[in-house]
Amino acid sequence: MTELPLIGGAPVAVEPHLLGAKIGVVTFPGTLDDRDAARAVRLAGGTAVALWHADTHLADVDAVVIPGGFSYGDYLRAGAISRFAPLMSRIIDAANSDAKLPVLGICNGFQILTESHLLPGSMIKNDHLKFLCRDQVLRVENNKTLWTSDYEAGEEITVPLKNQDGQYIADDKTLDALEAEGRVVFRYVGWNPNGSRRDIAGISNAAGNVVGLMPHPEHAVEPGFGPESNAGTDGLGFFTSVLNKIVGGAQ
Amino acid sequence: MTTSAETVGKKFNIDTVENAAKTPDTELPWAELGLKQNEFDEVVKVLGRRPTGAELAMYSVMWSEHCSYKSSKNHLRQFGEKVTEEMKKDMLVGIGENAGVTNLGDGWAVTFKIESHNSPSFVEPYQGAATGIGGIVRDIISMGARPVAVMDPLRFGAIDHPDTARVMHGAVAGIGGYGNSLGLPNIGGEMVFDSVYQGNPLVNALAVGVMRHEDIRLANASGKGNKVVLFGARTGGDGIGGASVLASESFDDTKPSKRPAVQVGDPFAEKVLIECCLELFKGSLVEGIQDLGAAGISCATSELASNGDGGMQVELTSVLLRDPTLTPGEILMSESQERMMAVVTPGNIAAFEAVMDKWAVEYSWLGEVTDTGRLIITWEGEVIVDVDPRTVAHDGPVYDRPFARPSWQDSVQADTFTGSVQDAGRPSTSGELAAAITELIASPNMCSKAWITKQYDRYVGGNTAMAFPDDAGVVRVDEETGLGVALATDANGRYTYLDPYHGAQLALAEAYRNVATSGAVPMAVSDCLNFGSPEDPDVMWQLAESIRGLSDACMELGVPVTGGNVSLYNQTGTVPIHPSPVVAVLGKLDDVARRTPSGWKEDGQAIYLLGTTAAELDGSEWSNLRGHLGGLPPKVDLSMERQLGEILINASRDGMIDAAHDLSEGGLAAALVESALRYGVGARIALDELVERDGVDLFTALFSESQGRAIVSVPRSEEIRFKDMCTARGFAHLRIGVVDAAGGKLEINGVDELSLDALSEAHEATLPKYFG
Repeated sequence: MTELPLIGGAPVAVEPHLLGAKIGVVTFPGTLDDRDAARAVRLAGGTAVALWHADTHLADVDAVVIPGGFSYGDYLRAGAISRFAPLMSRIIDAANSDAKLPVLGICNGFQILTESHLLPGSMIKNDHLKFLCRDQVLRVENNKTLWTSDYEAGEEITVPLKNQDGQYIADDKTLDALEAEGRVVFRYVGWNPNGSRRDIAGISNAAGNVVGLMPHPEHAVEPGFGPESNAGTDGLGFFTSVLNKIVGGAQ
Repeated sequence: MTTSAETVGKKFNIDTVENAAKTPDTELPWAELGLKQNEFDEVVKVLGRRPTGAELAMYSVMWSEHCSYKSSKNHLRQFGEKVTEEMKKDMLVGIGENAGVTNLGDGWAVTFKIESHNSPSFVEPYQGAATGIGGIVRDIISMGARPVAVMDPLRFGAIDHPDTARVMHGAVAGIGGYGNSLGLPNIGGEMVFDSVYQGNPLVNALAVGVMRHEDIRLANASGKGNKVVLFGARTGGDGIGGASVLASESFDDTKPSKRPAVQVGDPFAEKVLIECCLELFKGSLVEGIQDLGAAGISCATSELASNGDGGMQVELTSVLLRDPTLTPGEILMSESQERMMAVVTPGNIAAFEAVMDKWAVEYSWLGEVTDTGRLIITWEGEVIVDVDPRTVAHDGPVYDRPFARPSWQDSVQADTFTGSVQDAGRPSTSGELAAAITELIASPNMCSKAWITKQYDRYVGGNTAMAFPDDAGVVRVDEETGLGVALATDANGRYTYLDPYHGAQLALAEAYRNVATSGAVPMAVSDCLNFGSPEDPDVMWQLAESIRGLSDACMELGVPVTGGNVSLYNQTGTVPIHPSPVVAVLGKLDDVARRTPSGWKEDGQAIYLLGTTAAELDGSEWSNLRGHLGGLPPKVDLSMERQLGEILINASRDGMIDAAHDLSEGGLAAALVESALRYGVGARIALDELVERDGVDLFTALFSESQGRAIVSVPRSEEIRFKDMCTARGFAHLRIGVVDAAGGKLEINGVDELSLDALSEAHEATLPKYFG
């Protein structure tokens, strides 16, 4: 297991009662947003635990975040190699088990989750063929998942979007099923930034413990370091949602 | 044909030192490798014999202009000489190392450097620009720092020239593709279009890194018996200058005759290398470290050895190769990317290897540090290089190139814009002025650069407090205290063409002003001096004057140059680019939460203009739009810049201003529009008092590029305090308007109303129109 290479100290937890909840943050070679995901966990009040892709155990974490980046350079298909990491087997098993380990995949993490078949569909290159970094408005379509319960249904939030391969695709049957089962968790609002089918920005598995999305909630957790709209902290709800669920469940 | 190592070794006809001593008359391709007759003679003199093929390869690359600074060294000395005690106070590592290091306080240090990657970016824009980022980032890692941000000043040919799109698409995609994959936010830069850069685009790259004081690492090989290791990517045939000549040494004519001269980048390998190096530093597992950039292994071995206390012995066949047919000379010259060389004590070998294995980084042990004072390189045990490493790395030729003020300089300076043919029909009515403002902010150099910056990740790392289009990029260093740094880069080739001495000073003044505008205290300078051929006395004069001006200005502003790079021969035929010294200034913010953005937000805040306006249109963006370049650039007043900086910094620290934007290219007109468009909040402006006080007409008030100016927005509650501060310091300040959040327009008395929607559309449309 690796220690996350942080610069600076850890911000003080805002909700001390959540500190007992441990959220694992996975680092693959080429992962970029691991320190950011760990910071988001801490700012939400939880304890971030660094997980290394080659680990063969989950270190008793209560939830897992697979952060963004270009794991293995994404030279093949995004996420296609990472899916075979030893730790991914543990995560897949735990997510599918009765314990239903909460798993959030952000950007490259979402791509890894689809490659792992924890979530359906796939991501291809943005329809405009360029990397795009912007503040993106999303609508929370489903607030019943473990990662969205602190949001209102239909709430619009602004979080950064930054990727090259963000166009979500699946066959119509899969898309219809996702819609029918309420598994479209986020939709792009105002403008579809990458050509994703049905404006889908994020989806969940049937049980609602596994959520993946292309935009980056971990970059909207601290005023002054995120989007300029609102306080720039619209992404914090992902992490408080799962922490409250974990702590609530333990009580 | 076979490529097994055994036969490879034999078919090269290895030119050993022993052989060289016995065959003094062997013809060597020194001219094709870029050495001059006198330089080759000097090599022979230094060695006391003719060089071997491998030695010739090393000397030729290390004595090149790029590596040795042979034309600029005599002038660059001024950066080290014109230094006061005040400037040395916070300098932990100065010029000469991979990058300078500046003390930030609280045990933190920051290192930053700007470099050019101009020629490769013209030949192959994507890879050229990408590896430019890669190289500068490795310089930062070599100092022991974690890289935390990058910036990219770009200068391309005319926006409507068919080849500009090729360079633009490639370079921007390359910077994004590489930088985004490293997890480094891109926090700013520049984009200038001018036909003088058509055949010589300037792609400069800046990286900044942070570290604790105890983590500072230097490039030296000390301690006899310590091991030398090469790690990272394998060595390939990319980036070999003049390799075709060396390749002809081989009797094997089936090998590729032309190697790509441009390196090919692998950002994933670099990202892994960053993390891997930081883990090595954390465990104190390396004694010295050096990245492999220009001149590859030649540079790394000779610099490590000569900066250490002894010699070094290296077996070249131990280098892991991508292409087994490479000759010893090619291996020594290869500029394959994502490689590092380190010196490790025998006791740390196992721990070093464990870190390599964890990150799946390939490595090979090449040899060890010796106390012989010689750099010995062997090929299967046979000595092919036996040199004093200092003669390779530091004792290259130094030239006092002749220089003289160009004969045309006087006539250029006499050709002022005012009254010129191009000045006919200068806008004066309210309608003409509104149209002129719209034309200006839609022009190639003043338009929105969002088309570029949205292709860069500005968020990764979670510490970006400010980025383009604000005046400076701001990155937090310490999450507990909010301590951070601000960075800005600037250059104005037009000003420098008109007057190299003052033009270079203006570049520094603007970067300094940009940093102060963000609320940061300017601390250090890095410069990238892009010029034409030093063999042209006109160009050499521009270079000499620019360095003299810049070093004088650094002393006056109290900011030392801690590193940088010189890029010469940027010319097409006999036509050089405008002299383009790109100056980066780094500043410190005790708490990045106090940074000052450029845009207005709060309705009713007062807008003040700091500084005075003179009729200075020569070299301006307006004169550029009208196709005129002549006269003298705006006047430099560095004590005024320093005072303005202090006002902006104090006002930010004490909460007296909510927004600040410096006035530079495009003058007040551009600044007003940019501050309004930043958050879509307009203002009502009246310049009558300014026109009367400064004795200029409304057009000049809007378009002059007088220096030492900024606009700020002041909350009503702070207005008296702010005015008192300016008055006490005797600095010109004038209330020119008020923020109007609801109006959706920029109202300037005497100018037709400008709706923010129309301004935004004009500002944003330009780059997409040309580049899709």
